[in-house]
Amino acid sequence: MSKPIVATTSLAGCFGCHMSLLDIDERILKLVELVEFNKSPVNDIKTFTKQCDVGIIEGGCCNSENIHVLKDFRKNCKILISLGECAIMGGLPAMRNNNAPVSECLEEAYLNCPSVQANDERIIPNDDELPMILDKVYPCHEIVKIDYFLPGCAPRADLIWEALVALIEGREMDLPYEVVKFD
Amino acid sequence: MSNTIKITIDGVAVETTRGKTIFEAARENGIFIPTLCNVDNVKPKGSCRICSVYISGRLMTACTTQVEDGMEIENDTAKLNDMRKAIVELLFVEGNHFCPGCERSGSCELQALGYRFLMMVPRFSFLFQTRDIEATNPKLMKDNNRCIMCKRCIRGIKDEDGKSFFAFARRGHKVVINLDRKQAAKLTDDLARQAMEICPVGALILKGKGFDVPIGRRKYDTKPIGSDVEAKGGNC
Repeated sequence: MSKPIVATTSLAGCFGCHMSLLDIDERILKLVELVEFNKSPVNDIKTFTKQCDVGIIEGGCCNSENIHVLKDFRKNCKILISLGECAIMGGLPAMRNNNAPVSECLEEAYLNCPSVQANDERIIPNDDELPMILDKVYPCHEIVKIDYFLPGCAPRADLIWEALVALIEGREMDLPYEVVKFD
Repeated sequence: MSNTIKITIDGVAVETTRGKTIFEAARENGIFIPTLCNVDNVKPKGSCRICSVYISGRLMTACTTQVEDGMEIENDTAKLNDMRKAIVELLFVEGNHFCPGCERSGSCELQALGYRFLMMVPRFSFLFQTRDIEATNPKLMKDNNRCIMCKRCIRGIKDEDGKSFFAFARRGHKVVINLDRKQAAKLTDDLARQAMEICPVGALILKGKGFDVPIGRRKYDTKPIGSDVEAKGGNC
């Protein structure tokens, strides 16, 4: 049997979940034996070159590009995993959801913030090349179907490892209490 | 009439005394029944429903129901635990519980129940409701995003005349906990600290208190909520 193919991406995240994936230490050598990586920032493959078995999503959806990438992952991966609080519930980017409309956030960031110094023309970036900011930050499972969820900020390396190996071996996860945390 | 009575919890016969609640009887016998709105030394309210148990097929709250001789109680069953998990999930989607940024993370009872029931994701949609943070009081910060309306602060934090410092303001889904302005003048440092400690989540935070316990040493980092009750076994 050929190796399962894994793809990963970071949407509205901080790459902390990917750092945590690397935090499996020397087990990463075993991981390379167990799986093959396709599109992922880890190996810098930018586009899908084949159908993948597992897609790991870090971060929620805060702009149109995130939605595009997430739908692309759903199309190209048999199983999708939401990795970390941002993918699961929007996380820290979603703190804008409950208090400020997106226009207010942009004005604060580009016009009114005390640290804004070089924007004399008072422009909020609006180039066509830029992805549109969504009205709020969405958890991934509100955009596409997500099969598994691994909470944490970042998810503990042991949780990611156990989840991946259990998935590949087709068994239930055996999770010690310490590895499932929301922070 | 003897005060000692016998009840069964999940088929296990235990002895207890008349007048106790099911929650107390279970705890003294080393059986954990999860609670959120219930707290020691405060009259039980039975509002959060996390402690619901089946008594002869009927759902009752363990924190408010007194034991009766021969009572047969179901507690740790798959059906009940899923209902309890659903309540935890409802509270998570109803408020804005950003655990990674919360001072109370690691010692939060709501979060700890999420861990205990292995909540990987709430089954309901997040509401992202608009809630205020009130920081006018010099001692306490009140974050309505995190409040779960358990009333523990209203019921537990009182002055020497028995008058509450906190009260519900507004009605229905707009209800918020309010710190009475006149009473707030009487809020001592000790009472403010007690208010923070009685809050099961991070809705009441002492000003100047940061993330003072490192990750790994917080209350629920290594031991699940309720494990202290279970470890003691019977007659604690």
